[in-house]
Amino acid sequence: MNLTLTAEQDLIVAMVRRFVREEIVPLELNLDPDADELPPADRERLVAKVKAMGLYGLDIPPEYGGPEIDLVTRTLIAIETSQHRAGLYAPCYGVFGGAGLAQLFEANDDQKKRYLEPMLRGEKRGFFGLTEPSGGSDPARAIRTRAVRDGDDWIINGSKIFISGADRAHFGLVFARTDAEKGRGGVTCFIVDTSTPGFHVRRIVHTLRAARYATELQFEDMRVPSANILGKLNGGFAIANDRLSRQRIPYAAGCIGVAIIAHEMAVEYSKQRETFGAPLSSRQAIQWMLVDNEIDIENARWLTLAAADRAERGEDFRKQAGMAKLVATEGASRVVDRCMQIYGGYGVTKDFPFERWYREMRIRRIGEGPSEVQRHIIARDILGESLR
Amino acid sequence: MSVRCNKPWQAIDAAALERLPGQLGVFELADATERVIFIGRADARSLFGLRSEVARHAKAIAAATSFRFEVTTAYHTRYLELLMAHRADHAGLPQYNEPMPTLGRLSPG
Repeated sequence: MNLTLTAEQDLIVAMVRRFVREEIVPLELNLDPDADELPPADRERLVAKVKAMGLYGLDIPPEYGGPEIDLVTRTLIAIETSQHRAGLYAPCYGVFGGAGLAQLFEANDDQKKRYLEPMLRGEKRGFFGLTEPSGGSDPARAIRTRAVRDGDDWIINGSKIFISGADRAHFGLVFARTDAEKGRGGVTCFIVDTSTPGFHVRRIVHTLRAARYATELQFEDMRVPSANILGKLNGGFAIANDRLSRQRIPYAAGCIGVAIIAHEMAVEYSKQRETFGAPLSSRQAIQWMLVDNEIDIENARWLTLAAADRAERGEDFRKQAGMAKLVATEGASRVVDRCMQIYGGYGVTKDFPFERWYREMRIRRIGEGPSEVQRHIIARDILGESLR
Repeated sequence: MSVRCNKPWQAIDAAALERLPGQLGVFELADATERVIFIGRADARSLFGLRSEVARHAKAIAAATSFRFEVTTAYHTRYLELLMAHRADHAGLPQYNEPMPTLGRLSPG
């Protein structure tokens, strides 16, 4: 077991850190504190820089043109790219590119040509449509959107909520019930063009976050051909489940990055800010907050890297990803809260990034499976079938 | 909350502008026929929130005769939603809004 970063990992982390601090953070001084995108000229310039660094499209498999970078290194990069005001939900404002909907790598050749390839070329955007008003934590049972066969087509009726990016997407993955009797074995994943009659983005669901805002979708007699079924009929739950487990690692990494930069700012501030004739850093109350920050960050960092390492080696990582997600989201929430406390009144103003981190971090304990569901997953792993 | 802004219009005059809150939010400007000609927001960079932003745009857009507003901390997403709803209803953005290539599509029904 080697807990030391390789020379290459050290180099990449340093390069990305410099990029974030020299290219992204200065731009944010002129953006609205709730901004979710860069001006087009800045975006183009920075995408070119990332491509020159060889780090564009990190999550794209090498056979599709992505850089061949292992998951542990990608996790280290994700910890770095979130270290700015919008970093939690818009890390580096997307200039590192991404794989988009990774489920499409499992699509058939025709679907890859129509959806995956244009998505990787940046010509089409997709959304992931799983959660419904009836619930998101138990998709196998909560999905009430129905797809009914009609010849070679399926007619879909229902609704989705808290769906990011649907208003700007060209297509999406929509999970619908195709067999009412089968529970998790009765859900199918459809690739749906957003231009399909009956597809509606009804509203933005306003939440604590500004970037990757959520929308509410409605499907009214939406006709989708059988050729647009992703994977197997009634095989949608496995597609959704795999995505949920994998997503927990970068989700945890983003929280750690924000915690690191918030903690760093608080450490510096505590050395400069004086009260009653001495710097805050000389007060034991403040020192203990900083110590607790350090412990929360280290805890989350090692658990998350360990989960990434297991996933990279092809081992079962469901429990580890759940632990990483749980510890990182809860720990980072505490860190941001303590840093706000150290900054005092300034900490709650929009002059500093803490208030945005505080708001957006609150969502992280709910999104991608709330803390309680992570504990349930871990308990099931410990207790096995006896839990059921 | 309604997708479209349904607050009553108020005539643009010095007294009404002075009464505007200094909080963050969104607003619409209309011409004499109550046609929406501009949708704006008072974001965290504004000096005096809605008070300064409505006044600034009302002064710059001579055709504006009335305004309405919503105080909201979700000014960014609400602003985008109002623009999207307007585009869905009128097949375009209000006359005095700049084009927004990355704006999403909404069909509010």
